[in-house]
Amino acid sequence: MRAATAARVEPAADRLLVVGRGLEDHRVDDLPSLLRAGDLLVVNDAATLPASLRGRTATGAEVELRLLGVPSGDAWPALLFGSGDWRTQTEDRPRPPAVAPGDALRLADGLTATVARVWPESSRLLDVRFDRTGAPLLAALYAQGRPVQYAYLPDPLSLRSFQTPFAARPWAAEMPSAGRVLTAGRLAALRRAGIAVASLTHAAGLSSTGEPGLDALLPLPEPYEVPGRTARQVVATRARGGRVIAAGTTVVRALESATRESGVAAGLGVARVRVDGGHALRSVDAILTGMHEPGSSHFDLLTAFAPAELLAQAHARADAEGYLAHEFGDSMLVWRVR
Amino acid sequence: MDLRDRSVLVTGGGRGLGAALGRAAARTGARVVLVARTAAEVEAVAADIRSSGRQAHALVADVGEEGAATTIAAAAAALAGPVDVLVHNASVLGPVPLRPLLDTPPADFTRALEVNLLGPLRLSQAVVGSMVLRGQGLVLHVTSDAGLEAYPAWGAYGVSKAALDHLARIWAAELADTGVRFLSVDPGEMRTRMHADAMPEADPSALADPALVAESLLELIRDAESLRSGSRVEAARFAPAASR
Repeated sequence: MRAATAARVEPAADRLLVVGRGLEDHRVDDLPSLLRAGDLLVVNDAATLPASLRGRTATGAEVELRLLGVPSGDAWPALLFGSGDWRTQTEDRPRPPAVAPGDALRLADGLTATVARVWPESSRLLDVRFDRTGAPLLAALYAQGRPVQYAYLPDPLSLRSFQTPFAARPWAAEMPSAGRVLTAGRLAALRRAGIAVASLTHAAGLSSTGEPGLDALLPLPEPYEVPGRTARQVVATRARGGRVIAAGTTVVRALESATRESGVAAGLGVARVRVDGGHALRSVDAILTGMHEPGSSHFDLLTAFAPAELLAQAHARADAEGYLAHEFGDSMLVWRVR
Repeated sequence: MDLRDRSVLVTGGGRGLGAALGRAAARTGARVVLVARTAAEVEAVAADIRSSGRQAHALVADVGEEGAATTIAAAAAALAGPVDVLVHNASVLGPVPLRPLLDTPPADFTRALEVNLLGPLRLSQAVVGSMVLRGQGLVLHVTSDAGLEAYPAWGAYGVSKAALDHLARIWAAELADTGVRFLSVDPGEMRTRMHADAMPEADPSALADPALVAESLLELIRDAESLRSGSRVEAARFAPAASR
C-alpha cells in the first residue's frame, strides 16, 4: 500500500474502510452514521514526545537515544540506536556500542543521560536518568529532541504534525495516530449524533526497533491512565447495549488491561495483556485504526476483532482501491466479528 | 471552579499580574505553571512559590513564536497535569513609547498581534482539545478597555485586544455545551511595568496593586460557572469584599 507522506490537504477525502460482516468503503466523515446513538468512542490523549535525542557515548561514538514513553520515577525507558538517523529503516541501522550502568551519554546543550539499567531483553534497551528533572529537563528535551520520524517521509515533520487534536500529557514515543483524523469538527458531529467521546492516556511506545528479537516482544509493557469518568462511561455504555469503539491499538490495550470481573478499573496501570487472536475482548467492540501490514504487531492485535483472512482481504482491497498507509494515511473501522 | 489540585497555566507569569495570579492560585492549592520570556524573572517567581510549600513550575518561552504552543502545552501537562485553567495574560504594547498609527512600524503592529492574539489562539488550540474531551476547563483572556475604546496611539495594542475579545466569543460559540468556558477579563489599570511603559507620567499610587487584582481574578474563576461563556467582565466586579 502506498504510504501517505502528509495528512491529506482536503480532510473530506480521508477514507475509512469498514470491516465487519463484509468490507465497505466509506469516508471518515461518515462515522456518525456508521455508529449509533449510545455508542462510546474512546481516544488516547497522549501527546507525542520529541523522543529522538542525538548524542555521543563516553568513547565518542555517535548514537541516537529514543525515549519509549513516560518515566517511572525519574528513570526513562529508552532504546539506543547507532549512528545515522530516521532516513535509514531501523533494521538497516548500525548497532550502537554496548553500554553499561553508570555510562554517560552526552546529548546536546550539556544534557547528560546516565544509563541506570540495561534490560535483559536487549543490550540496546535501557533505563536512563537525566542530569536534571522537572521544567529544566522538559525545556532541554523540547529544545533538542525531535519527534521519531519515518523512513517513508521525504522530509522531517514538525513536532506539531505529530500531535492529535486533543493531545495533553506527553507520554507517547510515537503519535497515537488513529486519533489524528478525529478533528474537533468530527468529534462535535459524533456528539450531535448521540455518540459519546471519552479519553484515556496511554504511553504508546515505539512501533519498530530494527531488531527482530525485540520487535517480536512489541508492544512492551506500557503505562496508561483511565480517568474515572471514562471507566464509568465504558461500563455504562455496554450495560445498556451500546458499543465501545477504541480509537487505536493503544486504547484497546489500555481498556482490556483495565478490565476486571467487576468492571473497568480507573487510575494508573501498566498494559501487559497481549491482545491478538487468542484474546477474548471484554470491553471493546470495535477499533478505529490506520492501515496495518499483515505481520506487524498492530495487525496481530486486529485479529482479536476479526479473522486474519478477512483482515488480509481488507488489506488487499485497500491496496487495490488506493487507500494510503501509515501514520498520515487512511483509516479502518474493524468490528468484532469473531 | 475550585482551584485546589487543578492545573493552572499562566502566560506572562514573570512579573505584574501574571506573577501575582500565579502566587495567588498556588496559595489556593493549584499546581501552577508560569510562562515568560525572561528566565531569571519567571524562575524566581516559581522558586518563591515553591519555597512557601506550594507547587509552581517555570517555563521559558515566547508565546509570540509559532512553535512555542506545542512545547508549552505539553510541558505544562507533564509538570502539572492536563491543563484545567489557561490564562492568556502575556501581552506587548506594540511600539514603545506608544505612537499614532501613522508612525507605527508594521513590525511592531505584527508583533503585538503575534503575542496578544495569535499566541493565545495557538496555545488554546494546543490545550482546549483535551479540555473538551474531559468535559471541563476554563480559558481566561486578559483584555483591556483599549480593546473597546479607540484611544489615540494605542492602535496595535487596542486592535489586538479587540480581536482577542472576539476570539473568546467565537471559541465560546463553537464550544457551547462542552463544559469548556471562555471569559475575557479587563483587570483595569495596574501598577505594572507595562503601564509605566505606556503611560510614564501616571501616578503609581493611583494605580491598583496587581496582587489585589489577582485576588479578584481568583473570585472570578470561582464564579466562572455562573457567567455566560464568551462574556467580557471587569475584574473590579469580583473584588473580595475587604478590598472593595
